[in-house]
Amino acid sequence: MNSKPTALRTLDIISLILLVIATYLALVFAPTEKVMGEVQRVFYFHVGAAWVGLLGFIGAGVTGIIYLKTQNLKWDLVEQAAVEISLVFFFIAIVLGSIWARPIWNTWWTWDPRLTSASIVELIYLAYLMLRQGIDDPDRRARFGAVYTLVGAISVPITFLSIRMFRTIHPVVIGSKSAAADGGFSMTGDMKIAFFFALFTFTVIFIDLFWNRIRLGQLEQKVEQLKLKVME
Amino acid sequence: MKKEKKKSNYLRAIGAVAWKDLAAELRSRELLSGMLVFSLLVILIFNFALELDAKTRTSVTAGVIWVTFVFAGTLGLNRSMAIEKDRGCLDGLLLAPVDRSAIYFGKAISNLAFMFIVEIIILPTYSFLYNINLFQPGLLLVILLGSIGYTAVGTLLSAMSVQTRTRDVMLPILLFPVIVPVLIAAVKASGGYLQNLPLDQILPWINLLIVYDVIFIAISFMVFDYVVEE
Repeated sequence: MNSKPTALRTLDIISLILLVIATYLALVFAPTEKVMGEVQRVFYFHVGAAWVGLLGFIGAGVTGIIYLKTQNLKWDLVEQAAVEISLVFFFIAIVLGSIWARPIWNTWWTWDPRLTSASIVELIYLAYLMLRQGIDDPDRRARFGAVYTLVGAISVPITFLSIRMFRTIHPVVIGSKSAAADGGFSMTGDMKIAFFFALFTFTVIFIDLFWNRIRLGQLEQKVEQLKLKVME
Repeated sequence: MKKEKKKSNYLRAIGAVAWKDLAAELRSRELLSGMLVFSLLVILIFNFALELDAKTRTSVTAGVIWVTFVFAGTLGLNRSMAIEKDRGCLDGLLLAPVDRSAIYFGKAISNLAFMFIVEIIILPTYSFLYNINLFQPGLLLVILLGSIGYTAVGTLLSAMSVQTRTRDVMLPILLFPVIVPVLIAAVKASGGYLQNLPLDQILPWINLLIVYDVIFIAISFMVFDYVVEE
């Protein structure tokens, strides 16, 4: 328990190596997009980061339900880890997206469903962290956190839908042909390699961070217990 | 026969909780007067912040009244739960041998009643001040549906926020990001009625409001136990 398990250490190294390769693929290997030019290369990591944010978002909602069912504090740790990872990666996705949007859409920001939903997830998770900070009792903290992630997990898709009822300009790169006008494009073979490799890399990084964060949470709990013991 | 009795007990418990709040409020009038004066001030501030002349009015009225309701609503939600917590009433309610969700529905109904009272006074005031007729049946339906969704989530979250250290600040921070769909749909639908758009452009937003209301009443019903558990 005390020293880092070898499997996790290996995964750390693997994700680092994968990240280097993915960077190479995105920045050098993939061909330059004809219309947008070099800035399109942001796309590979942007989608990867958004994907990890989404994984964390779904993970947090599901573990929230599991916690309410089982009342086992272990699931609270998992939920908190998912929330924190999702918070960071949605932020990365938003920043990368803005860098791309500035030359392509001619604006840093627009109130499109994806952008708005991602930023609302950020706000919900910030509120979640503030909520947890305001409660001392661990059981109550876990219960409130689970209830709030559940409420968030259901309200965000509805938000997404409701903004979608306006028109959207966000390109749908995969599975759409009419998006070219808004900065969409079709990927060539090499682009696809870079894209799917980036997705794979970010998934591995997600698992690695998730594992590390859960382990950190367990250590935190142990420290808290030891502290209580000393005080007695 | 027995089942029927149980059902009427449940409804009576809901009624009792709601009635208790209303009766207390009728005697003290703390909460309502606060909400009312506050919402009048919000309208006043909007008047100068947005320069509500005849041209802008048609496009922003829906937004202004909804922002007013939402802000006044947080004030009411916070206060109605804080009273329970401060004087230990919540513990008393929890000791009562009724299903906990009855307490939730009772509180939600009294919160909704307070919102309605505020809205009933704000609407004619706004109509009078800005010469817009806000008394259209469609618009009132939207306000009804929007207020239900707002108080359904608000009651649940205010029960959580009063139990935290920074409670007055916590409620709007928790509540606003999750009521975005209500706000979008309500503003769009109200705007549609005010601008006399055809019904098929308004209907999707009303459907959205109904879906939101049903989902969040169901969820609050299911999780309220976890929020008040000691």
